[in-house]
Amino acid sequence: MANDLANTLADLKEKEALEMVRKRLDAGEDPLGILDDARRGMEIVGKRFENSEYFIPDLVYSGEILKDITEMVKPKMTKDIEVKRLGKVVMGTVAGDIHDIGKDIVVFMLDVNGFEVYDLGVDVPAQEFVDKLRETGSTVVGLSGFLTLAFDSMKTTVDAIKAAGLRDKVKVMIGGGQIDEAVQRHTGADAYGVNAMAGVSLAKEWLGGAQ
Amino acid sequence: MDKTEEKLEQWCSAQGIQFKDAAAEEAYKKRTRRLADAIQLKVPDRVPIAPLVTFFAPNYVGLTPEEAMYDLDKAYAAYKQTALDFEWDTAFSHLIAFPGQWLEAFDYKQLKWPGHGVPSNRTYQFIEGEYMKADEYDAFFADPSDFLMRTYLPRISGVLAPLQMLPPLRMVLPYYLGLMFMFGVAGAMGIAGALESVVKAIDAFAKHSASTAAFGQELASLGFPAIFGGMTQAPFDTIGDSLRGTQGIMLDMYRQPDKLQKALDLILPDAIQMGLISASISPSPTVFIPLHKGPMGFMSLEQFKTFYWPTLHKLMLALIDQGLVPMPFIEADYTDRLEIISDIPKGKAIYWFERSDIFKAKEVLGDRVCIKGNVPSALLCTGTPDEVKAYCKKLIDVVGKGGGLIVDGDIGIADEAKPENVRAMTDFVKEYGVYR
Amino acid sequence: MTEKSPQQLYDERLKRVNDAIQLKVPDRVPFFPATHLYAAKHVGMTFEEAFYDSQKWSEANKRMILDVDPDLFFSPGFAVFSSGQAFEAVDFKQIKWPGHGVSPDHTHQFVEGEYMMADEYDALLDDPSDYAVRTYMPRIYGTLQPFTMLPPLKAMLFGYAGVGMTALLAMPDIARALESLQKAGLEAAKWSGAMAALDAEMAALGYPSFAGAAVVVPFDLVSDMLRGMRGTMLDMYRQPDKLLATLERVLPMLIGMAVSGSTMSGNPRVFIALHRGADGFMSLKQFETFYWPGMKALILALIDAGLTPCPFFEGCYDQRLEYLNELPKGKILGMFDSTDVFRAKGIIGDTMCICGNMPMSLLQTGTPDEVKDYARKLIDVVGKGGGFIMGCRGVMDECDPKLVKVWADFTREYGG
Repeated sequence: MANDLANTLADLKEKEALEMVRKRLDAGEDPLGILDDARRGMEIVGKRFENSEYFIPDLVYSGEILKDITEMVKPKMTKDIEVKRLGKVVMGTVAGDIHDIGKDIVVFMLDVNGFEVYDLGVDVPAQEFVDKLRETGSTVVGLSGFLTLAFDSMKTTVDAIKAAGLRDKVKVMIGGGQIDEAVQRHTGADAYGVNAMAGVSLAKEWLGGAQ
Repeated sequence: MDKTEEKLEQWCSAQGIQFKDAAAEEAYKKRTRRLADAIQLKVPDRVPIAPLVTFFAPNYVGLTPEEAMYDLDKAYAAYKQTALDFEWDTAFSHLIAFPGQWLEAFDYKQLKWPGHGVPSNRTYQFIEGEYMKADEYDAFFADPSDFLMRTYLPRISGVLAPLQMLPPLRMVLPYYLGLMFMFGVAGAMGIAGALESVVKAIDAFAKHSASTAAFGQELASLGFPAIFGGMTQAPFDTIGDSLRGTQGIMLDMYRQPDKLQKALDLILPDAIQMGLISASISPSPTVFIPLHKGPMGFMSLEQFKTFYWPTLHKLMLALIDQGLVPMPFIEADYTDRLEIISDIPKGKAIYWFERSDIFKAKEVLGDRVCIKGNVPSALLCTGTPDEVKAYCKKLIDVVGKGGGLIVDGDIGIADEAKPENVRAMTDFVKEYGVYR
Repeated sequence: MTEKSPQQLYDERLKRVNDAIQLKVPDRVPFFPATHLYAAKHVGMTFEEAFYDSQKWSEANKRMILDVDPDLFFSPGFAVFSSGQAFEAVDFKQIKWPGHGVSPDHTHQFVEGEYMMADEYDALLDDPSDYAVRTYMPRIYGTLQPFTMLPPLKAMLFGYAGVGMTALLAMPDIARALESLQKAGLEAAKWSGAMAALDAEMAALGYPSFAGAAVVVPFDLVSDMLRGMRGTMLDMYRQPDKLLATLERVLPMLIGMAVSGSTMSGNPRVFIALHRGADGFMSLKQFETFYWPGMKALILALIDAGLTPCPFFEGCYDQRLEYLNELPKGKILGMFDSTDVFRAKGIIGDTMCICGNMPMSLLQTGTPDEVKDYARKLIDVVGKGGGFIMGCRGVMDECDPKLVKVWADFTREYGG
């Protein structure tokens, strides 16, 4: 019974998944159990994305279904969820660039893989990255950018991290449409990722199994 | 209380009306109650008399139709005097379709009006025509508003002819940020100039609408409700009047029935919208629907069942759903199709009959709808007061039995009706029509 | 040896390009740098000026073209498709442009959004012009907000009351909105006139313009301009039939646009930027259902009309190359981004001309040797047997002029 929701969600059967949740809530079930199953469904989605069975639309759709489930469950919640997190990652699209889909995918994948993600959004000034790193104590930051203007913007952001005295405490990964090794060199980042999975691998490598 | 009751009660409550005095308020509330009772097939205090008046009022005070169409203040004065002299259960403020100045400025092709194609002392007339050709259904279906803007409007208005030069406005959708080019072309081709003259022309109409609304309020303050609220058309009449013309649509019933049906279904939601929007800006909950092309002789019973009735029926049901009272003006003779049109929720509509056997109508559908009509124009124009009274007596005895009758002329008060006949009709109904 | 006339040079360059498109071996590797706002950087003016001063922008492109000496040039009218003045006149919402939402030194960016709601498919399909005027235009042009006040345009059919509806056009707000359209139109006409003049001037100097019209495939129209990326992705699951009906509906409009644009400009090459069907953006099944049919139909229609489709395959198409072999051979100029063009040569090299794919990162942050090495590899592998045009992965905005020169010179020398 419990497995059904996870797989139904992972199979993107929207109507059935929501119906299941409705039935379970009506039966007086603990909402935490429902959310837990939903999360396991999202993990399956993440795995399928890694294996190239699923693509971006599947992530978007599953995200929508999860959002609907969360909305249904929220009113019945009596306490907050506590989830064990593998570590903290700050993410954002750099200043001057308003593209977000790539960043969103990485955020999604990091989240389903157990990281606590601070998504700063798009067109994020360098200082805002620095402030968030300080505030959260995160040691990993991911910079996203689609246009070629991002090359210099990423460099500026890394320089700001350096100027704040955080460079040796923090690992920087970059990614986006035109990002490659040459840009990594230019910006002073520690690594670049060609896809979301690379972002997850880098985060795992740098944060290990740290709880 | 269902929606119809709600709306009628609202109407009767006279909310928001600044009455001239207590007598006017009492008169207004009595009149609306009388009409509301008749509509709902209850027994009112007496049979209401609520006629449509077009050029009778101007004629009554000695104003020609041409003068009435060009000088709205004079026209309103004529209507006001008529209202106060006859004291019917309604006063008609809707009057003429548009002011003459607007018709001229718009260079409107679908009408001849006094001083412009018809004599000054005669009413306006609609000019039949194929404003949409037989082979243009597909273009209409593909993009109805595009057909309207760039083909139809240029055909009915000389001033709007330049609209033909525009590219289809749907091209905004694929133009991928490059819309500008399209309007660059338009700008270069002088659309701007054309739009300017349209704007000027329409100024007159805007004034007309405003003063009509104000006049309606004045009549209300004097104690007269408006029996005419919103307005719309049967889809068949829209396609038949405005687009294909009578001959065209008749041929379509045989040659392209599927396309005709598709067009009828396509236009139905807009017909409903038209009724709802126009009712929402009027003080009365009725929706006037002049029916043109469905009578006996114009189409067989089968054709009526297939092409005319279904969308008209759906239209009326949609209006009733919102608590509005459809008031189809059933021109000519519907005697053989009374059974079909009796399929309507009880106590929620007014059927206004012109030349149908109104006494048979009472038999067939008197227990479902309120019947309006139908003192013959011939009597009002050429008969005697006694003949008029005799007809009214029969109307009241038969059609008014148990309620459910609103007296009017067959087409309203004919423009050329003799005032003494109208006086006879009015006084007789008020006296004889009391329910004891 | 006598100097060649501009006409001769023009014909030579065109032949060079056409030979490559037709999968022949040209006299040397054609060079097509997709300069976007690069011309501004090349002469040292701001990107903002490029959007507001057609004269300056034209001059910048002329100088850049003469300096870089390409075989095809990317028209300044493609990089900046209308002026800042035109955008301002209608308060255009779908892009941010230099000085208006983005830095004066950065390129314009598209504002992703749901400009058409999930429940509006029927409205669009039933009456596209009405939808365009009363719903869509007010959303993308701030000054046309009053159009939402209009009743359905078909109301004007309903007898006397209907014709009276035309009175609404007299409302002051509506009149103002119409004026703003008129103003924008005149500005746009000015701008496109100036851009066309530059193209003509460069032709007279011997340089063919890359393309005379730009269009998108049906799916990208819906995904970019109407439902937004998220919206369209969700529609693939939630309302596939309506999405498909709309894709079918817009296809003839797109074909019409491309054909009329080409006719007006006299240039047979049609630029088709492909955005949302790349690897990762949808499964192959979704590609086959929603993306490919419209794309293929559009390309075939253009070829049928005697035009040359120039699709730019943004992103990676490694997993989709096989589909491209369904297209007619030697008729298409394909531009590639992050697709492995070295591998692609072996798969589609006999179908379409490959243009690409110098990385932007190298042109902006690389070294001369890195640029040359990559160019050499391209010419050796992808240029083998012809059917290749030297190009870059995206469009050029911030490239280093020195590196661009290295690239151009090397292509000319080594590509002979």
